[in-house]
Amino acid sequence: MKILVGISKAPDTTTKISFTDGNTKFNEDKVQFIVNPYDEWYALVRGLELKEKNGGTVTTITVGGADHDPIIRKALAIGADDAVRINTEATDGYLVAKQIADYAKDQGYDLILLGKETINYNGAQVGGMLAEMLELPYVSIASKLELEGTKATLERDAQGGIEVLEGELPMVVSCAKGMAEQRIPNMRGIMAARSKPLNVVEPSETVALTEVVEYSLPSEKGDVKLIDPENMDELVRLLHNEAKVI
Amino acid sequence: MSVLVFADARGGQIAKAAHEAIYYGKQIADKTSSTVTVLTYGDVSNEKLEKLGRYGAAKVLINKNITEDNDQTLTALAAEAVTAEGAKVIVFSFDPIGKVLAPRLSAKIGAGLVAGATSIPEIDGDTMTVSKNVFSGKAFAKYRINTDVKILSLLPNSIQVSEADANAGVEEFTPSIPEGRLKVKEVRTLGGEGIPLPEAELVVSAGRGLKGPENWKIVEELAETLGAATACSRPVSDMDWRPHHEHVGQTGIAIRPNLYIAAGISGAIQHLAGVNGSKTIVVVNTDPEAPFFKAADYGVVGDAFEVLPRLNEAVKNFKAAN
Repeated sequence: MKILVGISKAPDTTTKISFTDGNTKFNEDKVQFIVNPYDEWYALVRGLELKEKNGGTVTTITVGGADHDPIIRKALAIGADDAVRINTEATDGYLVAKQIADYAKDQGYDLILLGKETINYNGAQVGGMLAEMLELPYVSIASKLELEGTKATLERDAQGGIEVLEGELPMVVSCAKGMAEQRIPNMRGIMAARSKPLNVVEPSETVALTEVVEYSLPSEKGDVKLIDPENMDELVRLLHNEAKVI
Repeated sequence: MSVLVFADARGGQIAKAAHEAIYYGKQIADKTSSTVTVLTYGDVSNEKLEKLGRYGAAKVLINKNITEDNDQTLTALAAEAVTAEGAKVIVFSFDPIGKVLAPRLSAKIGAGLVAGATSIPEIDGDTMTVSKNVFSGKAFAKYRINTDVKILSLLPNSIQVSEADANAGVEEFTPSIPEGRLKVKEVRTLGGEGIPLPEAELVVSAGRGLKGPENWKIVEELAETLGAATACSRPVSDMDWRPHHEHVGQTGIAIRPNLYIAAGISGAIQHLAGVNGSKTIVVVNTDPEAPFFKAADYGVVGDAFEVLPRLNEAVKNFKAAN
C-alpha cells in the first residue's frame, strides 16, 4: 500500500503574527516553524498506523523552498519513509493542489492524506482540489478511517452530526481530531531521518488563481469592563443595552 | 448571467448558513446587475424553496433525485448549473459540505476560490477582492481573485441577514451526471435537541476551572435559559469531560457567535484563535491575571460556581420582564 501525506509548514501556535513589505508578507523573523498540526498529528500518524498494520510505504509531499526541509525532516523522524519537496513557493491553495496532482498522478498512491486545514491560511481547500484533479473521491474533516483490503470506512463531520461513509481506494482524505494521537519522535527516529531520502522535484507550470493583496491585524480591544460578581443584573443590562446581544 | 448559490438541504431543511450565503449572493448580484439562482438537492418542499426569495433568491434549481451529499455527484451538478446559468460568481457556505464542494468545483472549472470569506466583496470591473481570516483568526487577509469565474465560500455568522417580502421560482434541474463513488452508510446527529455549535448565536463555554464533568449543570442551565449552545476548552475535551465536538479553539472548531461566555478558561492563545471572531466576549475567572480578560469585553472576577447561577437568575428575571 502506497500512502502519500501532505505536509505543510506553519508558524508555532504561540507565534505573535506581524507583517512586512507594506503588509503584503508574513513576517518570518524570529518565528519558530512547525509541521502544520493537522498534517502531523492526524494525517501523518494515521498514515503510519495504516502502514504498520497493512504494510507499504508512507511518503510525505510538501510544496515549498529549502526553508521547508527542517519540518520535512521532523516528519521523517516521526516515521515517514521518504519525502518529496516540490521546489516552488506555495502561493495559493490551487497552485499547491496542482503541483501535488501533477506529481502524484502517475505514482499509483492508494491513499492521500492531508490535515483538515493549515493553521496559517485556514482554507481547507487543497484536499478537495487535489481529489478533483486526480478524479478521486474526497472525504473532508474525517475523524476515523479504517481499511479492509481496498474498502475504506470513514467518519466525517457533517452539519450537526457525523456521517459514516464507505468507498473503495484510492481516495483523498483530510484528517481531523480523533483520527490518531500525536507521536513524539524518539532519538533513533531523529537519527534515521537524516539519511532518509528527501527528493527535491522541480515544479510544473502552474499559476495561482488568487493572491493576497493586503494583510491586517485586528484592532486592539478596548479595556475589559469589569462587573461586580454580586451584580449579574448589571451584566445582563449591559449585554442587552450596550452590546445588544440578548 | 447570475450568481449561483449552493444551499445544503440536509434533512429537508435549509440551514441558517445557507440563508446567509443566499443573502450574500444577493449583495454581489446587486453590485453586478445580476440575479441569484440557488442550487439545492434532496427532499425539500417547494413551499420552503419559494421562501428563499426572502433572502434574495430569484430562482431555485432543485435536483430531487440526489439524496446524499456525495462529493463527486454534487460537484458535477454544480458545474452543470454554472454552465446552464452562465454564472460568474458561485457562493458556498464555509461549512462541512462547502469545504468539500467549493474546492472541487474550483479545480473542475479552474475558478479561483476564497474559502472562508467574511466580507461583501469589492468589485471593480472584472476584479474582485474579498477578506477572510488567516492565522486562525489572529489576522485578516484581503484576497484578489484572478480568474473570470470566481468562487467564494462564506464563513457562517459573518454577515447580518435582512429579509424581504419576495418569493423565488422553483425549477427541477436534472442534467445527466455521473454517480460519485462514496456511499453514505449512516448519519448520526449529535446531541439531537441542542443547537449546533457552529450556527449558535449565543455560546456558554467552560474550562478546567469547573473541576469536573459533574459540575457542568450550571453551564447547561445558563445555556438553556439563554437559548445558547455549550462549548468547552481543549483540556476539557481531552479529559473526556465533554464531547470532542464541543471543543472550540485552534485545533477544535472556530466559532463566531454574537455572545461568547467563557467560565473557568484561562484564555491561552490557541483557545482565543477559535473564539476571537465572537462579537462580544464575557469572561468569568477567579484569577484577575487570566490572559482571557485582555480579549474580553466584559469581565467578572469571581467563582464560576457562584457567578453562573447568579447570571442564570438575572437572565431569567430579564426574560420575565421583557
